[in-house]
Amino acid sequence: MIQTSNSTYDWVASTFEVFEKNLNGEAQTNVHALRKHAMERFAVIGFPTTRDEEWRFTNVAPIAKTCFSPVLAYSRGATAADIERLSFARLRSHRLVFVNGHFSSELSSLESLPHGVIIGSLAAALKSHDDLVNQHIGKYASTEKDAFTALNTAFLRDGAFISIPDKVVLEDPIHLLFISTGSDDSFVSHPRNLVLIGKQSQISIVERYVGLKNNVYLTNAVTEILAGENSVLEHDKLQDESTNAFHVSSLHVHQLEHSNLVSNSISFGGALARNNVTSMLAAEGVECTLNGLSLATGRQHVDNHTTIDHSSSHCNSHELYKSILDEKARGVFNGKIFVRKDAQKTDAKQTNKTLLLSDEATIDTKPQLEIFADDVKCTHGATVGQLDDEQIFYLRSRGIGETDAKDILTFAFASDVINRVHVEALRNQLDAMIQARLRQGRLSESVE
Amino acid sequence: MLEIKNLHASVNGNEILNGINLRVSAGEIHAIMGPNGSGKSTLAGVLAGREAYEVTEGEVTYMGKDLLEMSPEDRAREGIFLAFQYPVEIPGVTNTYFLKAGLNAIRKHRGLEQLDAVEFLSLVKSKMELVDMDSSLLNRPVNEGFSGGEKKRNEIFQMAVLEPKLAILDETDSGLDIDALRIVADGVNKLRSKDNAVVVVTHYQRLLNYIVPDFVHVLVDGRIAKSGGKDLALALEEKGYDWIREEVENAQVNG
Repeated sequence: MIQTSNSTYDWVASTFEVFEKNLNGEAQTNVHALRKHAMERFAVIGFPTTRDEEWRFTNVAPIAKTCFSPVLAYSRGATAADIERLSFARLRSHRLVFVNGHFSSELSSLESLPHGVIIGSLAAALKSHDDLVNQHIGKYASTEKDAFTALNTAFLRDGAFISIPDKVVLEDPIHLLFISTGSDDSFVSHPRNLVLIGKQSQISIVERYVGLKNNVYLTNAVTEILAGENSVLEHDKLQDESTNAFHVSSLHVHQLEHSNLVSNSISFGGALARNNVTSMLAAEGVECTLNGLSLATGRQHVDNHTTIDHSSSHCNSHELYKSILDEKARGVFNGKIFVRKDAQKTDAKQTNKTLLLSDEATIDTKPQLEIFADDVKCTHGATVGQLDDEQIFYLRSRGIGETDAKDILTFAFASDVINRVHVEALRNQLDAMIQARLRQGRLSESVE
Repeated sequence: MLEIKNLHASVNGNEILNGINLRVSAGEIHAIMGPNGSGKSTLAGVLAGREAYEVTEGEVTYMGKDLLEMSPEDRAREGIFLAFQYPVEIPGVTNTYFLKAGLNAIRKHRGLEQLDAVEFLSLVKSKMELVDMDSSLLNRPVNEGFSGGEKKRNEIFQMAVLEPKLAILDETDSGLDIDALRIVADGVNKLRSKDNAVVVVTHYQRLLNYIVPDFVHVLVDGRIAKSGGKDLALALEEKGYDWIREEVENAQVNG
């Protein structure tokens, strides 16, 4: 049967109606106007096809033709033991837990917070701090061209809201745990996170997306971050959805003068994952580091799209994305770097490396540099290869078995990215997860 | 310990080894010399189990077992060690991690306890002194950014830790300055015992001033053309390899 864009729009429109009715007394709010505008945008754009350059290698037809419905109310669904297991060992953190997109106060825990710091749910902030939220939400993640951001915005309801005043250094990371628990097929959550970081403040955020069951569901997340002047942010994301899940997420960071962003995007799970990371280097002297690691096997499809927009002078960006693909896995990397007319003295470096562990795994990699300034330094490089026979032989000649030798080399390839994660508990957990997956001989099998 | 009979081997269909016969017993040092392209490194590679080499004829027995049937890792576990001519760099794997994995795999094979981190470190420290190696190299990725001399020293250091029965040094001396050469040779000499054997593959006689061989074999066109004592190495240094080739040709004419 041929799917028309109308029929896919139909299920979205009808679920939107149900969703809208479920929102009590919000019809006149600013955020609802934002939702309705986003819905109108989605009606125009529709789900992308592979004819769309941004989606050339990633076919989302399986998402478009499934009637995903949002979970309208919170139910617990996860146990304290689940949380214990999914919160990184010994990680002292401010932890917000979301179940099927809804904030769970009973599963969340906050350490004591400095004066003025807000860490809580967006749903609550829409009531208690609506001015602040309205001032920023939707400003950094545009609904104009991206169907999934439009959808997320149309169904915007909950997520994390973090506001850090000026000159605050949070020692413990903020851990955002998004759990999909539903036992029925075809439900969707649209987590929406908004993070505002004041001048000269410093925080780390760990987002983890995980599924407890092997059903088909969609996570469509959007995170908007405003990094204030001279602020320091580490954003770590672990995409660890269950085997049959779809995951689309977009991180948008708006960087002000001298701010410093390190984003580590780790993608392990899901049947299909699309991770978008966009940073707008909006003022002078910004540092932007984007790292990524994807592990995929079976028939997994993992797509990383990054955009670094140098719109001001004297900014540095450094990007390293790596993929390890086994069996029939398919990877996509698209790295855009824009250097605008005024962005003189830009220093941008992009590296993409892929390790193919089978003859049937494939990667499509595309660096995309658009440079409009003349006094800049921009480099990019992409390599695709297999494990090195000479290295394998060297290890074996010292008594290490062939499988172990290959695992050691594969792990070394991955640890190049993992070692860039500063949150120690997360780094150790990632090490252990990769080791366990290698031992099982299948990269994606759940280890927990 | 090692007995090679009529060994023929080829790479990509080109025959490189053309009937090698060699017998090495415990406690002995053998030097294998020869001009470029005579098959020295191929012989070392075949003994270590390099897959690019295809053995077309002959047999190799090591400690009573068929060596050619064994995987490279099993050869190492049974006590064979190859010091590489060109040690490969392995980014992301530290020297210590690598060596501990190797040592413990060998120990497991021999039914010995695994060494824990503390035991391993104290072993490593004593062996580093043997080759005068800087301890900062331990936590660096294997051979990455090492100088030529550091790489060769690292090979001998690994040999010291793994304590092989049969060590094969493949041109370990090439490219070394005289100080590094002495250190490497000292290391090898200190590891010598009546229970192990060393096969030194080299292009130059210089190394043999420091590692004194019991036997010298000259490899020409993939076969051992002449064997003798350490004096043979001196004769080669003085006269080159051509006279050996002539001898072989004369012998063929007369025979």
